[in-house]
Amino acid sequence: MAQGTARGGANPEARNGLLLVAPPAFYAILLLAAPMATIVLFSFLTDAQSGVEWKLTLSNYQEVLTEPVYRALMLRSLIVAVAVTLVTVVLAYPVAYFVSFHVKPERKSLWLFLITIPFWTSYIIRVFLWKVILGYNGVINSGLMSLGIIDEPLQAINYNVGALIMTLAHAYAPFAILPIFVVLEKIDRSLLEAGQDLGEGRFRTFLRVTLPLSMAGVIAAVLIVFIPTIGDYVTPNLIGGGKLPMIANMMEAKMLGQDNRPVGSAIVVVAMLIVALISVAFLGLNRRFLRGNQR
Amino acid sequence: MNAPGLRAYAILYLIFLYAPIALLPLFAFNDAVVIAFPLNGFTTKWFVTMWNDPQLWNALKNSLLISTTVAACSTLLGLFAARATTRYRFTAQTSILGLIMLPLVLPEIVVAMSLIVVLVAIGIPLSIFTIILGHILITTPFAVTILSSAFQTLDRSLEEAAYDLGESAASTFRLIILPLVMPGIISSFLICFIISLDEYIIASFLGGTQPVLSTYIFGQFRFPAKVPAVLALGTILVLLSIILLAFAEYMRRRGIAKAGGNTSGGVL
Repeated sequence: MAQGTARGGANPEARNGLLLVAPPAFYAILLLAAPMATIVLFSFLTDAQSGVEWKLTLSNYQEVLTEPVYRALMLRSLIVAVAVTLVTVVLAYPVAYFVSFHVKPERKSLWLFLITIPFWTSYIIRVFLWKVILGYNGVINSGLMSLGIIDEPLQAINYNVGALIMTLAHAYAPFAILPIFVVLEKIDRSLLEAGQDLGEGRFRTFLRVTLPLSMAGVIAAVLIVFIPTIGDYVTPNLIGGGKLPMIANMMEAKMLGQDNRPVGSAIVVVAMLIVALISVAFLGLNRRFLRGNQR
Repeated sequence: MNAPGLRAYAILYLIFLYAPIALLPLFAFNDAVVIAFPLNGFTTKWFVTMWNDPQLWNALKNSLLISTTVAACSTLLGLFAARATTRYRFTAQTSILGLIMLPLVLPEIVVAMSLIVVLVAIGIPLSIFTIILGHILITTPFAVTILSSAFQTLDRSLEEAAYDLGESAASTFRLIILPLVMPGIISSFLICFIISLDEYIIASFLGGTQPVLSTYIFGQFRFPAKVPAVLALGTILVLLSIILLAFAEYMRRRGIAKAGGNTSGGVL
């Protein structure tokens, strides 16, 4: 496998590397890059009875960009994703901070392990359990009623956008904690002491030293939560009971349900472009934090 | 530096993380069809109902076949990518690795839809095989991450010493490198296995009519009477994945410790 090592200089070195990376790279090109390219191609073709017709058109994009139903679903997906990201990252930061700064080094891996376990247990069952917890006759309502705290089931917590956000925030929690934790771990502790020696209070030291230095982790956490959330399919399906579809449900409905590949492909392309634009804009806004953290 | 407020918050947060999972055994042993309080007495009948469902065993058989194949293939592909990027420098390294890691940030629905469009267009029937193709794609990035950290902590001088003692590149890999990264390989295998076992979107769209564990569970939730038996199944699955994860984490840390690295940090 790894033939001709350091002896050969730069050229065989590069060749060996390429040779080794070829199988996974080839797999990704064949099953990821090629299908994505096909989607882009399909989005410019015309829908036909069986599959697609080879007639180039922009009408799919026109439909996706002008019809209110797509805009409404895209907007809902964006609102849910922004809310989930905000809730998840704000709730996660203190936990990452606590584990990094206040947990003894030998106990840190145990904490991280405890945080990641729920993430690995069946996604479908977890989402369904939230439906059961927050439902009209669900665990919270029946629990509060049997304790005599409320007389009638609370309706504000049932299958609405709030329930959707809650479920997704729970599902993506470890994604937010881990990148923030990793960056916090790298912060030179003597900088904090320096801040306090110079007469800054603990909270001001946090605001002026720790928080800016950990922004790279926060930015990574934001993107890692935001991007998959916007394309989540299962949660709107189970929690919303089909009444609160997001853009992923629309992709599926067009592609398979209505068998309109070109419009379905156009939705995928537009959604991915919007996500990419937002991510790039977000990275651009936070450039100064990222530059400062490079070593 | 003690922070009781922060500690209390972190513990509350853990309770929030575990709350839904804690309900699994509670209602799996509860003698009622409806998932609500007050509890109705202890029973194990849901476990019996679950155990006697032939559909479950069919789905489980398919799932095990898929997950084992996926874990083996992804770990192998991950080995190639991790070794190539940690040991060699080559052209377009960042973009090639970026493409391999891309499924990590792509919404799964996008991966599933683009695959299904191509598979249907070229006439490959949807089956267990197509689920495997999709799962390898989404689990390989996890294998690369785990194996890269195993290769990174590898001391290059051990390898050089083997060459100096007259071993060939192949025998060095087999005798020196492989044993040192073995814990990483096992950890990668287990993590890919768990992800594949749990995955729903690709399994439901690329599976045709073949049921797997996740689509079976999703299907059962449509019938309220079947929910307690699914919770019983969920209880068992959670227990199994905690055991597998603990083992994977143990192997990963042993691997890094063996190579003299620092073991803090999680599986992700």
